[in-house]
Amino acid sequence: MKTIDIAAGSVRELNQALHDQAEHCSEREFVVTNPKGAHNIACGLDASVAVDIHGHAGYFCAGMNKSASVTVHGNAGPGLAENMMSGSVRVKGDASAAAGATAHGGLLVIDGNAGSRCGISLKGADIVVGGNVGHMSCFMAQAGTLVVCGDAGEALGDSLYETRIYVKGSVKSLGADCVEKEMREEHLTELTELLNRAGFDDNPADFKRYGSARELYNFKIDNAY
Amino acid sequence: MCGIVGLYLKNPALESRIGELFAPMLVAMTDRGPDSAGFAIYGDEVSDEAIKLTLRHPDVNYDWAALASRVETDLGTGVQFFQNNNVAVFKIHSDVDSATALISEQTPEVLQLSAGRSIEILKEVGLPENIAQTFDLQGMKGSHIIGHTRMATESAVTMEGSHPFSTGEDLCLVHNGSFSNHNRMREELRRRGIHFETENDTEVAAGYLTWRLREGDSLNQALENGLKDFDGFYTLTIGTRDGFAVVRDPIACKPAVLAETDDYVAMASEYQALTTLPGIENARVWEPEPATIYVWERSQPTGQPA
Repeated sequence: MKTIDIAAGSVRELNQALHDQAEHCSEREFVVTNPKGAHNIACGLDASVAVDIHGHAGYFCAGMNKSASVTVHGNAGPGLAENMMSGSVRVKGDASAAAGATAHGGLLVIDGNAGSRCGISLKGADIVVGGNVGHMSCFMAQAGTLVVCGDAGEALGDSLYETRIYVKGSVKSLGADCVEKEMREEHLTELTELLNRAGFDDNPADFKRYGSARELYNFKIDNAY
Repeated sequence: MCGIVGLYLKNPALESRIGELFAPMLVAMTDRGPDSAGFAIYGDEVSDEAIKLTLRHPDVNYDWAALASRVETDLGTGVQFFQNNNVAVFKIHSDVDSATALISEQTPEVLQLSAGRSIEILKEVGLPENIAQTFDLQGMKGSHIIGHTRMATESAVTMEGSHPFSTGEDLCLVHNGSFSNHNRMREELRRRGIHFETENDTEVAAGYLTWRLREGDSLNQALENGLKDFDGFYTLTIGTRDGFAVVRDPIACKPAVLAETDDYVAMASEYQALTTLPGIENARVWEPEPATIYVWERSQPTGQPA
Protein backbone atom coordinates (compact mmCIF):
# COMPACT_ATOMS: atom_id res chain seq x y z
CA MET A 1 0.00 0.00 0.00
CA LYS A 2 1.30 3.41 -0.97
CA THR A 3 0.20 6.60 0.81
CA ILE A 4 0.33 9.91 -1.03
CA ASP A 5 -0.17 13.14 0.91
CA ILE A 6 -1.44 15.82 -1.46
CA ALA A 7 -0.51 18.55 1.04
CA ALA A 8 3.13 17.43 0.78
CA GLY A 9 3.09 17.07 -3.02
CA SER A 10 0.58 17.90 -5.72
CA VAL A 11 -2.42 16.40 -7.49
CA ARG A 12 -0.30 16.17 -10.61
CA GLU A 13 2.27 14.00 -8.82
CA LEU A 14 -0.49 11.79 -7.44
CA ASN A 15 -2.14 11.36 -10.82
CA GLN A 16 1.20 10.65 -12.50
CA ALA A 17 1.94 7.93 -9.94
CA LEU A 18 -1.50 6.44 -10.62
CA HIS A 19 -1.13 6.71 -14.42
CA ASP A 20 2.24 4.95 -14.22
CA GLN A 21 0.36 1.87 -13.04
CA ALA A 22 -1.19 1.51 -16.50
CA GLU A 23 2.21 0.65 -18.01
CA HIS A 24 3.45 -1.53 -15.22
CA CYS A 25 1.28 -2.23 -12.19
CA SER A 26 3.61 -2.33 -9.20
CA GLU A 27 1.20 -1.22 -6.51
CA ARG A 28 -2.46 -2.24 -6.11
CA GLU A 29 -3.52 0.00 -3.24
CA PHE A 30 -3.17 3.74 -2.87
CA VAL A 31 -4.24 5.93 0.03
CA VAL A 32 -4.61 9.65 -0.57
CA THR A 33 -4.51 12.02 2.39
CA ASN A 34 -5.22 15.77 2.70
CA PRO A 35 -7.29 16.11 -0.48
CA LYS A 36 -8.71 19.39 0.94
CA GLY A 37 -11.17 19.84 -1.90
CA ALA A 38 -8.50 19.77 -4.63
CA HIS A 39 -9.75 19.31 -8.18
CA ASN A 40 -9.03 16.38 -10.54
CA ILE A 41 -7.95 13.86 -7.91
CA ALA A 42 -7.45 10.35 -9.36
CA CYS A 43 -8.51 11.29 -12.88
CA GLY A 44 -7.85 9.25 -16.00
CA LEU A 45 -6.88 6.03 -14.24
CA ASP A 46 -6.34 2.99 -16.46
CA ALA A 47 -5.28 0.17 -14.15
CA SER A 48 -6.89 -2.22 -11.67
CA VAL A 49 -5.85 -0.29 -8.60
CA ALA A 50 -7.77 0.69 -5.48
CA VAL A 51 -7.57 4.33 -4.40
CA ASP A 52 -8.89 5.50 -1.02
CA ILE A 53 -9.21 9.25 -0.64
CA HIS A 54 -9.51 10.37 2.99
CA GLY A 55 -11.29 13.72 3.13
CA HIS A 56 -13.39 15.84 0.78
CA ALA A 57 -12.55 15.92 -2.93
CA GLY A 58 -13.12 18.85 -5.31
CA TYR A 59 -14.25 18.99 -8.94
CA PHE A 60 -13.99 16.05 -11.38
CA CYS A 61 -12.74 13.46 -8.88
CA ALA A 62 -12.18 10.05 -10.52
CA GLY A 63 -13.11 11.45 -13.94
CA MET A 64 -12.64 9.20 -16.98
CA ASN A 65 -12.00 6.24 -14.69
CA LYS A 66 -11.16 2.93 -16.34
CA SER A 67 -10.75 -0.29 -14.32
CA ALA A 68 -9.81 1.38 -11.03
CA SER A 69 -11.81 1.33 -7.83
CA VAL A 70 -11.88 4.78 -6.20
CA THR A 71 -13.42 5.50 -2.79
CA VAL A 72 -13.88 8.99 -1.37
CA HIS A 73 -14.20 8.93 2.42
CA GLY A 74 -15.92 12.31 2.45
CA ASN A 75 -17.85 14.48 -0.02
CA ALA A 76 -17.09 15.01 -3.69
CA GLY A 77 -17.45 18.20 -5.75
CA PRO A 78 -19.08 18.69 -9.16
CA GLY A 79 -18.42 16.25 -12.01
CA LEU A 80 -17.62 13.18 -9.91
CA ALA A 81 -16.67 10.17 -12.09
CA GLU A 82 -17.45 12.21 -15.17
CA ASN A 83 -17.17 10.07 -18.31
CA MET A 84 -16.22 6.93 -16.36
CA MET A 85 -15.59 4.00 -18.71
CA SER A 86 -15.38 1.07 -16.27
CA GLY A 87 -14.36 0.19 -12.72
CA SER A 88 -16.13 1.65 -9.71
CA VAL A 89 -16.31 4.87 -7.74
CA ARG A 90 -17.84 5.19 -4.28
CA VAL A 91 -18.45 8.31 -2.23
CA LYS A 92 -19.17 7.84 1.47
CA GLY A 93 -20.64 11.33 1.84
CA ASP A 94 -22.52 13.55 -0.62
CA ALA A 95 -21.70 14.37 -4.23
CA SER A 96 -22.24 17.75 -5.89
CA ALA A 97 -23.77 18.50 -9.30
CA ALA A 98 -23.35 16.35 -12.41
CA ALA A 99 -22.15 13.17 -10.69
CA GLY A 100 -21.55 10.46 -13.27
CA ALA A 101 -22.11 12.84 -16.18
CA THR A 102 -21.70 11.12 -19.58
CA ALA A 103 -20.35 7.97 -17.90
CA HIS A 104 -20.16 5.05 -20.33
CA GLY A 105 -19.62 2.15 -17.94
CA GLY A 106 -18.72 1.03 -14.45
CA LEU A 107 -20.54 1.55 -11.17
CA LEU A 108 -20.90 4.83 -9.26
CA VAL A 109 -22.24 4.58 -5.71
CA ILE A 110 -23.02 7.63 -3.59
CA ASP A 111 -23.91 6.78 0.00
CA GLY A 112 -25.32 10.24 0.72
CA ASN A 113 -27.15 12.67 -1.55
CA ALA A 114 -26.25 13.72 -5.07
CA GLY A 115 -26.78 17.28 -6.28
CA SER A 116 -28.48 18.45 -9.45
CA ARG A 117 -28.02 16.79 -12.84
CA CYS A 118 -26.86 13.44 -11.47
CA GLY A 119 -26.26 11.15 -14.45
CA ILE A 120 -26.74 13.91 -17.02
CA SER A 121 -26.21 12.48 -20.51
CA LEU A 122 -25.47 9.07 -18.99
CA LYS A 123 -24.18 6.69 -21.65
CA GLY A 124 -24.19 3.27 -20.03
CA ALA A 125 -22.84 3.39 -16.47
CA ASP A 126 -24.84 2.36 -13.42
CA ILE A 127 -25.36 4.92 -10.65
CA VAL A 128 -26.78 4.02 -7.23
CA VAL A 129 -27.54 6.84 -4.80
CA GLY A 130 -28.33 6.06 -1.16
CA GLY A 131 -29.99 9.44 -0.56
CA ASN A 132 -31.67 11.99 -2.82
CA VAL A 133 -30.80 13.36 -6.24
CA GLY A 134 -31.25 17.01 -7.25
CA HIS A 135 -33.13 18.55 -10.13
CA MET A 136 -32.61 17.62 -13.81
CA SER A 137 -31.08 14.26 -12.95
CA CYS A 138 -30.61 12.00 -15.99
CA PHE A 139 -31.22 14.92 -18.34
CA MET A 140 -30.84 13.51 -21.88
CA ALA A 141 -29.49 10.26 -20.45
CA GLN A 142 -29.01 7.67 -23.17
CA ALA A 143 -28.17 4.32 -21.59
CA GLY A 144 -27.40 2.73 -18.22
CA THR A 145 -29.33 2.98 -14.97
CA LEU A 146 -29.88 5.38 -12.10
CA VAL A 147 -31.12 4.02 -8.77
CA VAL A 148 -32.28 6.52 -6.15
CA CYS A 149 -33.05 5.21 -2.66
CA GLY A 150 -34.31 8.62 -1.52
CA ASP A 151 -36.24 11.29 -3.42
CA ALA A 152 -35.68 12.85 -6.83
CA GLY A 153 -35.84 16.60 -7.52
CA GLU A 154 -37.62 18.48 -10.28
CA ALA A 155 -37.63 17.44 -13.95
CA LEU A 156 -36.31 13.93 -13.46
CA GLY A 157 -35.29 12.33 -16.74
CA ASP A 158 -36.01 15.34 -18.90
CA SER A 159 -35.60 14.50 -22.62
CA LEU A 160 -34.61 10.99 -21.65
CA TYR A 161 -33.43 8.39 -24.15
CA GLU A 162 -32.98 4.79 -22.95
CA THR A 163 -31.62 5.09 -19.40
CA ARG A 164 -33.74 3.26 -16.82
CA ILE A 165 -34.44 5.12 -13.58
CA TYR A 166 -35.57 3.50 -10.32
CA VAL A 167 -36.71 5.74 -7.46
CA LYS A 168 -37.84 4.58 -4.02
CA GLY A 169 -39.02 7.91 -2.63
CA SER A 170 -40.95 10.75 -4.16
CA VAL A 171 -40.29 12.44 -7.48
CA LYS A 172 -40.87 16.19 -7.35
CA SER A 173 -41.68 16.29 -11.05
CA LEU A 174 -40.92 14.36 -14.21
CA GLY A 175 -39.18 16.09 -17.09
CA ALA A 176 -40.41 16.19 -20.67
CA ASP A 177 -41.03 12.72 -22.11
CA CYS A 178 -40.18 10.89 -18.85
CA VAL A 179 -42.95 8.63 -17.57
CA GLU A 180 -43.52 6.06 -14.88
CA LYS A 181 -43.36 2.55 -16.28
CA GLU A 182 -44.40 -0.91 -15.22
CA MET A 183 -41.90 -2.75 -13.01
CA ARG A 184 -41.55 -6.12 -14.72
CA GLU A 185 -39.64 -9.17 -13.49
CA GLU A 186 -36.53 -8.30 -15.50
CA HIS A 187 -36.46 -4.86 -13.90
CA LEU A 188 -36.76 -6.27 -10.39
CA THR A 189 -33.89 -8.61 -11.21
CA GLU A 190 -31.78 -5.76 -12.52
CA LEU A 191 -32.57 -3.52 -9.54
CA THR A 192 -31.89 -6.31 -7.02
CA GLU A 193 -28.50 -6.88 -8.57
CA LEU A 194 -27.65 -3.17 -8.58
CA LEU A 195 -28.64 -2.75 -4.91
CA ASN A 196 -26.57 -5.81 -4.04
CA ARG A 197 -23.55 -4.49 -5.90
CA ALA A 198 -23.90 -1.16 -4.12
CA GLY A 199 -24.30 -2.89 -0.77
CA PHE A 200 -27.71 -1.32 0.02
CA ASP A 201 -30.42 -3.41 1.64
CA ASP A 202 -33.42 -1.48 0.33
CA ASN A 203 -36.31 -3.63 -0.87
CA PRO A 204 -36.53 -3.59 -4.69
CA ALA A 205 -40.31 -3.95 -4.47
CA ASP A 206 -40.50 -0.46 -2.90
CA PHE A 207 -39.15 1.25 -6.04
CA LYS A 208 -40.91 2.67 -9.06
CA ARG A 209 -39.46 2.63 -12.53
CA TYR A 210 -39.26 5.63 -14.85
CA GLY A 211 -38.21 5.75 -18.46
CA SER A 212 -38.65 7.46 -21.78
CA ALA A 213 -42.08 7.67 -23.40
CA ARG A 214 -40.09 7.77 -26.67
CA GLU A 215 -42.27 10.57 -28.00
CA LEU A 216 -39.54 13.21 -28.14
CA TYR A 217 -36.39 11.76 -29.57
CA ASN A 218 -37.82 10.23 -32.73
CA PHE A 219 -38.26 12.79 -35.42
CA LYS A 220 -41.86 13.83 -35.67
CA ILE A 221 -43.08 16.68 -37.73
CA ASP A 222 -45.19 17.78 -34.74
CA ASN A 223 -42.02 18.42 -32.76
CA ALA A 224 -40.53 20.71 -35.38
CA TYR A 225 -40.97 24.45 -35.24
CA MET B 1 -16.50 32.47 -12.77
CA CYS B 2 -15.83 34.48 -9.56
CA GLY B 3 -15.43 33.18 -6.03
CA ILE B 4 -17.47 34.00 -2.96
CA VAL B 5 -16.53 33.48 0.65
CA GLY B 6 -18.26 34.35 3.89
CA LEU B 7 -17.63 33.76 7.57
CA TYR B 8 -20.13 34.38 10.34
CA LEU B 9 -18.90 33.82 13.88
CA LYS B 10 -21.19 32.21 16.42
CA ASN B 11 -18.45 32.22 19.04
CA PRO B 12 -17.52 35.82 20.02
CA ALA B 13 -14.14 34.60 21.28
CA LEU B 14 -13.09 34.24 17.63
CA GLU B 15 -13.91 37.86 16.72
CA SER B 16 -10.35 39.03 17.30
CA ARG B 17 -9.18 36.41 14.77
CA ILE B 18 -11.73 36.90 11.96
CA GLY B 19 -9.20 38.47 9.56
CA GLU B 20 -6.67 35.73 10.17
CA LEU B 21 -9.35 33.05 9.58
CA PHE B 22 -10.82 34.77 6.54
CA ALA B 23 -7.73 35.85 4.57
CA PRO B 24 -6.80 32.30 3.47
CA MET B 25 -10.41 31.73 2.39
CA LEU B 26 -10.28 34.74 0.08
CA VAL B 27 -6.86 33.82 -1.29
CA ALA B 28 -8.00 30.20 -1.91
CA MET B 29 -10.51 31.54 -4.45
CA THR B 30 -7.85 33.26 -6.60
CA ASP B 31 -8.27 30.70 -9.40
CA ARG B 32 -11.94 31.61 -9.64
CA GLY B 33 -11.32 35.36 -9.65
CA PRO B 34 -7.89 36.89 -10.23
CA ASP B 35 -9.10 40.27 -11.59
CA SER B 36 -10.13 42.05 -8.42
CA ALA B 37 -11.13 41.25 -4.88
CA GLY B 38 -12.86 42.83 -1.96
CA PHE B 39 -14.55 42.21 1.33
CA ALA B 40 -17.08 43.69 3.69
CA ILE B 41 -16.28 43.33 7.36
CA TYR B 42 -18.80 43.96 10.13
CA GLY B 43 -17.83 44.96 13.65
CA ASP B 44 -16.52 47.93 15.65
CA GLU B 45 -20.08 49.22 15.67
CA VAL B 46 -20.74 52.89 16.32
CA SER B 47 -23.52 54.11 18.63
CA ASP B 48 -27.06 54.75 17.37
CA GLU B 49 -26.35 58.50 17.15
CA ALA B 50 -23.36 57.98 14.89
CA ILE B 51 -22.54 56.54 11.49
CA LYS B 52 -19.53 55.00 9.85
CA LEU B 53 -18.46 55.65 6.26
CA THR B 54 -15.76 53.87 4.28
CA LEU B 55 -14.22 56.42 1.91
CA ARG B 56 -11.64 55.96 -0.82
CA HIS B 57 -9.32 58.34 -2.59
CA PRO B 58 -6.99 57.17 -5.40
CA ASP B 59 -4.08 59.02 -3.76
CA VAL B 60 -2.70 57.11 -0.79
CA ASN B 61 -1.32 60.44 0.59
CA TYR B 62 -4.70 62.16 0.50
CA ASP B 63 -5.20 64.52 3.45
CA TRP B 64 -7.99 62.76 5.34
CA ALA B 65 -7.41 64.92 8.42
CA ALA B 66 -8.30 68.01 6.41
CA LEU B 67 -11.50 66.38 5.19
CA ALA B 68 -12.36 65.32 8.73
CA SER B 69 -12.00 68.87 10.07
CA ARG B 70 -14.10 70.25 7.20
CA VAL B 71 -16.85 67.76 8.03
CA GLU B 72 -16.56 68.64 11.73
CA THR B 73 -16.91 72.34 10.99
CA ASP B 74 -19.73 72.04 8.45
CA LEU B 75 -21.81 69.54 10.40
CA GLY B 76 -20.86 70.97 13.77
CA THR B 77 -20.21 67.51 15.13
CA GLY B 78 -17.40 65.21 16.20
CA VAL B 79 -15.54 63.13 13.60
CA GLN B 80 -13.08 60.32 14.23
CA PHE B 81 -11.26 58.58 11.44
CA PHE B 82 -8.53 56.06 10.73
CA GLN B 83 -6.72 55.46 7.49
CA ASN B 84 -6.05 52.08 5.86
CA ASN B 85 -3.96 52.50 2.71
CA ASN B 86 -6.02 54.58 0.26
CA VAL B 87 -9.20 54.14 2.29
CA ALA B 88 -10.37 55.88 5.44
CA VAL B 89 -13.12 54.95 7.86
CA PHE B 90 -14.95 58.00 9.19
CA LYS B 91 -17.08 57.82 12.32
CA ILE B 92 -19.38 60.81 12.40
CA HIS B 93 -22.03 61.93 14.89
CA SER B 94 -24.59 62.55 12.20
CA ASP B 95 -26.94 60.74 9.84
CA VAL B 96 -25.87 59.06 6.62
CA ASP B 97 -27.74 61.42 4.27
CA SER B 98 -26.24 64.65 5.68
CA ALA B 99 -22.72 63.27 5.88
CA THR B 100 -22.83 61.70 2.41
CA ALA B 101 -24.27 64.82 0.81
CA LEU B 102 -21.61 67.00 2.40
CA ILE B 103 -18.69 64.79 1.45
CA SER B 104 -19.81 64.26 -2.15
CA GLU B 105 -20.34 68.00 -2.56
CA GLN B 106 -17.05 69.04 -0.95
CA THR B 107 -14.84 66.31 -2.41
CA PRO B 108 -16.34 64.64 -5.47
CA GLU B 109 -13.08 62.70 -5.99
CA VAL B 110 -13.70 60.82 -2.75
CA LEU B 111 -15.72 57.66 -3.36
CA GLN B 112 -17.95 56.27 -0.66
CA LEU B 113 -17.65 52.47 -0.50
CA SER B 114 -20.06 51.85 2.34
CA ALA B 115 -22.25 53.51 4.94
CA GLY B 116 -23.84 52.22 8.10
CA ARG B 117 -23.04 51.53 11.72
CA SER B 118 -21.02 48.36 11.37
CA ILE B 119 -19.97 47.75 7.74
CA GLU B 120 -16.59 48.58 6.19
CA ILE B 121 -15.97 47.67 2.54
CA LEU B 122 -12.47 47.39 1.10
CA LYS B 123 -11.85 46.41 -2.52
CA GLU B 124 -9.29 46.87 -5.27
CA VAL B 125 -8.22 45.58 -8.66
CA GLY B 126 -5.56 42.88 -8.42
CA LEU B 127 -4.86 39.47 -6.95
CA PRO B 128 -6.74 38.60 -3.74
CA GLU B 129 -3.44 38.02 -1.92
CA ASN B 130 -2.23 41.54 -2.74
CA ILE B 131 -5.51 43.08 -1.67
CA ALA B 132 -5.48 41.15 1.62
CA GLN B 133 -1.96 42.52 2.23
CA THR B 134 -2.76 46.06 1.11
CA PHE B 135 -5.48 46.38 3.73
CA ASP B 136 -3.89 44.11 6.36
CA LEU B 137 -6.92 41.80 6.34
CA GLN B 138 -5.06 39.32 8.58
CA GLY B 139 -5.14 41.71 11.51
CA MET B 140 -8.82 42.67 11.30
CA LYS B 141 -11.45 42.04 13.95
CA GLY B 142 -15.18 41.66 13.50
CA SER B 143 -18.29 39.54 13.86
CA HIS B 144 -18.81 38.53 10.24
CA ILE B 145 -17.25 39.12 6.86
CA ILE B 146 -18.04 38.36 3.23
CA GLY B 147 -15.68 38.55 0.30
CA HIS B 148 -15.40 38.13 -3.43
CA THR B 149 -12.77 37.35 -6.03
CA ARG B 150 -13.81 38.53 -9.46
CA MET B 151 -13.37 37.16 -12.97
CA ALA B 152 -15.12 39.90 -14.90
CA THR B 153 -17.75 38.99 -17.50
CA GLU B 154 -20.50 41.61 -17.67
CA SER B 155 -18.49 44.80 -17.18
CA ALA B 156 -14.92 46.10 -17.06
CA VAL B 157 -12.20 45.25 -14.54
CA THR B 158 -12.23 48.36 -12.38
CA MET B 159 -12.24 49.11 -8.68
CA GLU B 160 -15.80 50.40 -9.09
CA GLY B 161 -16.86 47.11 -10.70
CA SER B 162 -15.39 45.05 -7.87
CA HIS B 163 -17.55 43.42 -5.26
CA PRO B 164 -18.95 43.77 -2.59
CA PHE B 165 -21.55 46.25 -3.76
CA SER B 166 -23.40 48.31 -1.23
CA THR B 167 -26.38 50.49 -2.01
CA GLY B 168 -27.93 50.63 1.44
CA GLU B 169 -26.84 51.10 5.03
CA ASP B 170 -24.95 48.10 6.41
CA LEU B 171 -26.15 46.06 3.44
CA CYS B 172 -23.89 44.57 0.81
CA LEU B 173 -23.86 41.86 -1.77
CA VAL B 174 -21.37 39.59 -3.50
CA HIS B 175 -22.32 37.61 -6.59
CA ASN B 176 -21.08 34.70 -8.66
CA GLY B 177 -22.88 34.53 -11.98
CA SER B 178 -24.51 36.99 -14.34
CA PHE B 179 -27.87 38.71 -14.58
CA SER B 180 -29.56 38.89 -17.96
CA ASN B 181 -32.14 41.53 -17.12
CA HIS B 182 -29.92 44.02 -15.30
CA ASN B 183 -30.29 46.86 -17.82
CA ARG B 184 -34.06 46.99 -17.67
CA MET B 185 -34.05 46.45 -13.92
CA ARG B 186 -31.54 49.30 -13.45
CA GLU B 187 -33.85 51.65 -15.37
CA GLU B 188 -36.84 50.64 -13.29
CA LEU B 189 -34.93 51.03 -10.04
CA ARG B 190 -33.58 54.44 -11.11
CA ARG B 191 -37.16 55.58 -11.59
CA ARG B 192 -37.79 54.45 -8.01
CA GLY B 193 -34.92 56.63 -6.81
CA ILE B 194 -32.14 54.08 -6.42
CA HIS B 195 -28.74 55.52 -7.34
CA PHE B 196 -26.20 53.48 -9.32
CA GLU B 197 -22.49 54.18 -9.71
CA THR B 198 -21.65 51.65 -12.44
CA GLU B 199 -22.99 49.59 -15.35
CA ASN B 200 -22.33 46.43 -13.34
CA ASP B 201 -25.06 43.76 -13.10
CA THR B 202 -24.38 42.92 -9.46
CA GLU B 203 -24.88 46.51 -8.37
CA VAL B 204 -28.41 46.21 -9.76
CA ALA B 205 -29.12 43.25 -7.48
CA ALA B 206 -27.81 45.24 -4.52
CA GLY B 207 -30.00 48.17 -5.55
CA TYR B 208 -32.99 45.88 -5.90
CA LEU B 209 -32.58 44.63 -2.32
CA THR B 210 -32.18 48.20 -1.07
CA TRP B 211 -35.44 49.11 -2.80
CA ARG B 212 -37.34 46.10 -1.40
CA LEU B 213 -36.06 46.72 2.14
CA ARG B 214 -37.04 50.36 1.82
CA GLU B 215 -40.52 49.22 0.82
CA GLY B 216 -40.76 47.35 4.11
CA ASP B 217 -39.69 43.83 3.10
CA SER B 218 -37.72 41.77 5.60
CA LEU B 219 -34.43 40.49 4.20
CA ASN B 220 -36.13 37.17 3.63
CA GLN B 221 -39.06 38.74 1.76
CA ALA B 222 -36.68 40.87 -0.31
CA LEU B 223 -34.80 37.75 -1.38
CA GLU B 224 -38.05 35.87 -2.07
CA ASN B 225 -39.03 38.73 -4.38
CA GLY B 226 -35.54 38.65 -5.89
CA LEU B 227 -35.99 34.99 -6.79
CA LYS B 228 -39.00 36.06 -8.87
CA ASP B 229 -37.46 39.15 -10.45
CA PHE B 230 -33.81 38.27 -11.07
CA ASP B 231 -33.23 36.60 -14.41
CA GLY B 232 -29.85 34.93 -14.65
CA PHE B 233 -27.36 32.74 -12.91
CA TYR B 234 -26.45 33.61 -9.39
CA THR B 235 -25.15 32.51 -6.09
CA LEU B 236 -25.49 35.52 -3.81
CA THR B 237 -24.16 36.17 -0.35
CA ILE B 238 -25.65 39.16 1.39
CA GLY B 239 -24.16 40.87 4.42
CA THR B 240 -26.35 42.68 6.92
CA ARG B 241 -25.59 44.43 10.18
CA ASP B 242 -26.58 41.30 12.12
CA GLY B 243 -25.44 38.48 9.89
CA PHE B 244 -25.49 37.09 6.41
CA ALA B 245 -27.70 35.29 3.91
CA VAL B 246 -27.03 32.89 1.04
CA VAL B 247 -29.27 32.21 -1.96
CA ARG B 248 -28.82 30.36 -5.25
CA ASP B 249 -30.92 30.68 -8.39
CA PRO B 250 -33.50 27.94 -9.09
CA ILE B 251 -31.22 26.17 -11.58
CA ALA B 252 -28.24 26.39 -9.22
CA CYS B 253 -25.65 26.68 -11.98
CA LYS B 254 -23.17 28.43 -9.72
CA PRO B 255 -21.56 26.50 -6.90
CA ALA B 256 -21.87 27.03 -3.16
CA VAL B 257 -20.79 25.10 -0.09
CA LEU B 258 -21.79 25.78 3.50
CA ALA B 259 -20.08 24.55 6.64
CA GLU B 260 -21.25 24.91 10.21
CA THR B 261 -19.67 24.17 13.59
CA ASP B 262 -20.49 25.40 17.09
CA ASP B 263 -18.11 28.31 16.43
CA TYR B 264 -19.04 29.55 12.96
CA VAL B 265 -20.97 29.31 9.72
CA ALA B 266 -18.82 29.54 6.62
CA MET B 267 -19.77 29.85 2.98
CA ALA B 268 -17.61 29.43 -0.11
CA SER B 269 -17.91 28.75 -3.82
CA GLU B 270 -15.74 25.69 -3.31
CA TYR B 271 -14.83 23.53 -0.34
CA GLN B 272 -11.16 24.33 -1.02
CA ALA B 273 -11.69 27.75 0.56
CA LEU B 274 -12.90 26.23 3.83
CA THR B 275 -10.06 23.83 4.52
CA THR B 276 -8.04 26.20 6.69
CA LEU B 277 -10.88 26.83 9.17
CA PRO B 278 -10.48 25.32 12.65
CA GLY B 279 -12.50 22.14 13.15
CA ILE B 280 -13.55 21.92 9.50
CA GLU B 281 -12.82 18.17 9.49
CA ASN B 282 -15.80 17.64 11.76
CA ALA B 283 -18.02 20.46 10.47
CA ARG B 284 -21.39 19.80 8.91
CA VAL B 285 -20.70 20.46 5.23
CA TRP B 286 -23.48 20.73 2.66
CA GLU B 287 -24.59 22.48 -0.50
CA PRO B 288 -27.40 25.01 -0.25
CA GLU B 289 -30.53 23.97 -2.14
CA PRO B 290 -31.56 25.93 -5.23
CA ALA B 291 -34.06 28.77 -4.76
CA THR B 292 -33.78 28.45 -0.98
CA ILE B 293 -32.87 31.32 1.31
CA TYR B 294 -30.47 30.67 4.17
CA VAL B 295 -30.12 33.35 6.81
CA TRP B 296 -27.92 33.58 9.87
CA GLU B 297 -28.47 36.64 11.95
CA ARG B 298 -28.01 37.46 15.60
CA SER B 299 -31.72 38.24 15.78
CA GLN B 300 -32.52 34.93 14.05
CA PRO B 301 -30.05 32.43 15.47
CA THR B 302 -31.74 29.27 14.16
CA GLY B 303 -30.07 29.81 10.84
CA GLN B 304 -31.59 27.17 8.65
CA PRO B 305 -33.65 27.77 5.51
CA ALA B 306 -35.77 30.74 6.45
